Amino acid sequence: MTRELLTGNGAAAWGARLANVDYVPAFPITPQTEIIERLGAWFESGEAPGRMVTFESEHSMITAAGAAAATGVRVFTATSSQGLLYGMEMLYTVAGWRAPFVLVNVSRGLATPVTLESDHDDVLAARDCGFLQIHCATCQEVLDGVLLAYRLAEHERVRLPAIVNLDGFHLSFTREPVEIPAPEVARRFLPDFDPGAIRFRASKPISQAVAVLGGGPYSYFRYEMHRAAEEALAVYDEVEEGLARELGRRMPVVEAYRIEDAEIAFVMIGSFATKAMAAVDRLRESGVRVGLVRPRLLRPWPGDALRRALARVRGVCVIDQNLSLGRGGVLYAELAASLYGRPDAPVLVSFVGGLGGRDICPEEFFEMASVTREAVASGRAPEPRLLYTARELREVRKLQSVALAERHETAPGASRRGGR
Amino acid sequence: MYRIRMHGRGGQGTKTAARILGSALFAQGFEVQDAPRYGAERRGAPMDSTVRAARTPIYERGAIARPDLVVVADETLVAVPAARVLEGIDAHAVLLLRSGTPGEVWQQRLRIDGPVLTLSDLPEAASATRFVGAACAGAAARLVPGVSREALVGAMGSELAGMSGSLRARSLEAGLAAWDAMAAHAGCVREGPEPSPGGTRPDWIDLPLDEARVAAPDVHAALTSVQVRTGLWRTMRPVIDPDHCKRCHWLCGSLCPDGAISVDPEGSVVIDYDHCKGCMICVVICPPHAIHAVPEARACEEGEGSR
Repeated sequence: MTRELLTGNGAAAWGARLANVDYVPAFPITPQTEIIERLGAWFESGEAPGRMVTFESEHSMITAAGAAAATGVRVFTATSSQGLLYGMEMLYTVAGWRAPFVLVNVSRGLATPVTLESDHDDVLAARDCGFLQIHCATCQEVLDGVLLAYRLAEHERVRLPAIVNLDGFHLSFTREPVEIPAPEVARRFLPDFDPGAIRFRASKPISQAVAVLGGGPYSYFRYEMHRAAEEALAVYDEVEEGLARELGRRMPVVEAYRIEDAEIAFVMIGSFATKAMAAVDRLRESGVRVGLVRPRLLRPWPGDALRRALARVRGVCVIDQNLSLGRGGVLYAELAASLYGRPDAPVLVSFVGGLGGRDICPEEFFEMASVTREAVASGRAPEPRLLYTARELREVRKLQSVALAERHETAPGASRRGGR
Repeated sequence: MYRIRMHGRGGQGTKTAARILGSALFAQGFEVQDAPRYGAERRGAPMDSTVRAARTPIYERGAIARPDLVVVADETLVAVPAARVLEGIDAHAVLLLRSGTPGEVWQQRLRIDGPVLTLSDLPEAASATRFVGAACAGAAARLVPGVSREALVGAMGSELAGMSGSLRARSLEAGLAAWDAMAAHAGCVREGPEPSPGGTRPDWIDLPLDEARVAAPDVHAALTSVQVRTGLWRTMRPVIDPDHCKRCHWLCGSLCPDGAISVDPEGSVVIDYDHCKGCMICVVICPPHAIHAVPEARACEEGEGSR
């Protein structure tokens, strides 16, 4: 087994290369650009046979991806943050074409204020559009996840596009040891796309994705997408078996780490979940029975697998690296819905942290475990909490005092101080 | 686990230095994670890279709060609060500064209990600033136990494969010179303790609801860019030779992206070093080649270009 150090972006590009993608519509955005740069270089040198076209926006890029997928070729594209949102109209639109392709999103927080660093608000904004969503925690998972996403998206019982998500900086620019499968091994797992009836040709025009009036046909087509997305749960398990067989690695729909005898569990997605694994190891050394449960698939939502993984824990600490403004953590609400009504449902404690790349340090994981255990003991969950320290607020107050002084100076009628 | 933090300025090769060190450790059989951290990419702005190396899979990510080794490619960063060069340095941590000032002086100046080592530029290498990253990687590789000279050479070969042959050769030379310079301290870096429950608890607070006019991210004043001394970002300083300057300031002055070149009442061309970021466009564009690039550290010492 040969491994090499690869960034998450490099791993995504390798995934696309090993998938033998035919067509890559592209538009640059930090922290994604390295993916299309690598693919572009391979296409240019002839190391990979695909074609790349750069577009003037993500809106056109996603339209082109859907249009190309409708001809039955294998399509890959990538974006991040504002770019994903700029293409949002077309995410919903192309998903309904039932022509599968894979889009890698490199998570980055959304404006306002502008940031370059990671959280999951971008990809979660796209959670209801019909794309399947695979969330990665390591660079290896990014590579394997791209291959797996094609198998899942292209499956005849699914035929929906898929997003593979990785965190900006913490995966995109971070090198980790990654095993790159030999092309023939990857090909055994992911053969050429058999598009079946997906064969749009300009020479044989059809009207694709027509308008429907009256709610009956509309409801039918939308609910069929929902059924197909749900079917992807069963298909995922089959495909994952294939991945284990051919590539020798497991990517279960829900990752459960040291959960067997756990009293409490962390639940989170993305690369910070490995930080939770480190905290689990440290806490276990000091006698706390804690584990981690991480859904890899967020759409479709693996409710049954999550219920099984959390069957015996008494407290769940949900860490959301996202914020639904006016509601709170998205994972927390979704998990609560899955556990509602279950006898002996665990106490759910909600934390929001890691917004805009804000770190979550080991001491915070230890404290979250401690708060969750107290909630189990008392039977009452505390109010949701933002991971935010007094020092962080002091630093913001310093910035605000500068802005405030400026406001006074620039207010109408204020006497102008001389320049330098 | 070894936790190494490398600080530098954009353009000094600190990202590459971390990758060289990471690849060398990986070649020695360590599990490795390396990553750069920066804002909007810009030359001269403070940035840092991290390298983690362990014998078991690495789950930790992100910033290194308690480093075992801190490498500082640019001593002027020590005085920049936002660079957070000294964060988390305790008595066990080794601090390596690229500086001509002795380590003991730095130790007293910064009140640091742990060892402070310094790495001086090779005197013969006039353009040593071009190989700062390579030198830092070579020095760091010598300080971390378990890295051989061969692994360093191999890692530099693979990480610098995109460079021209002569640049690669000079980088390797700089890296190996730094490796040799650290001989007395070979393998001195020690793994710090793992974080464990029961220590300091996070100082969490509840955010208050502020008025919208306070809680909107607005900057109210005009000309705020004047307040930001972007001259701190420079690694190289453009210096005008008045004997050769033809006073055709409309060329260098209008091409300066920061408007940092102006003409004084006597008609001489003047560079505003508080705001010149050191992009060197003026050096390239000047028809009579009257503007020279001088390494910032040397210019500071010798007062070159000062008005």
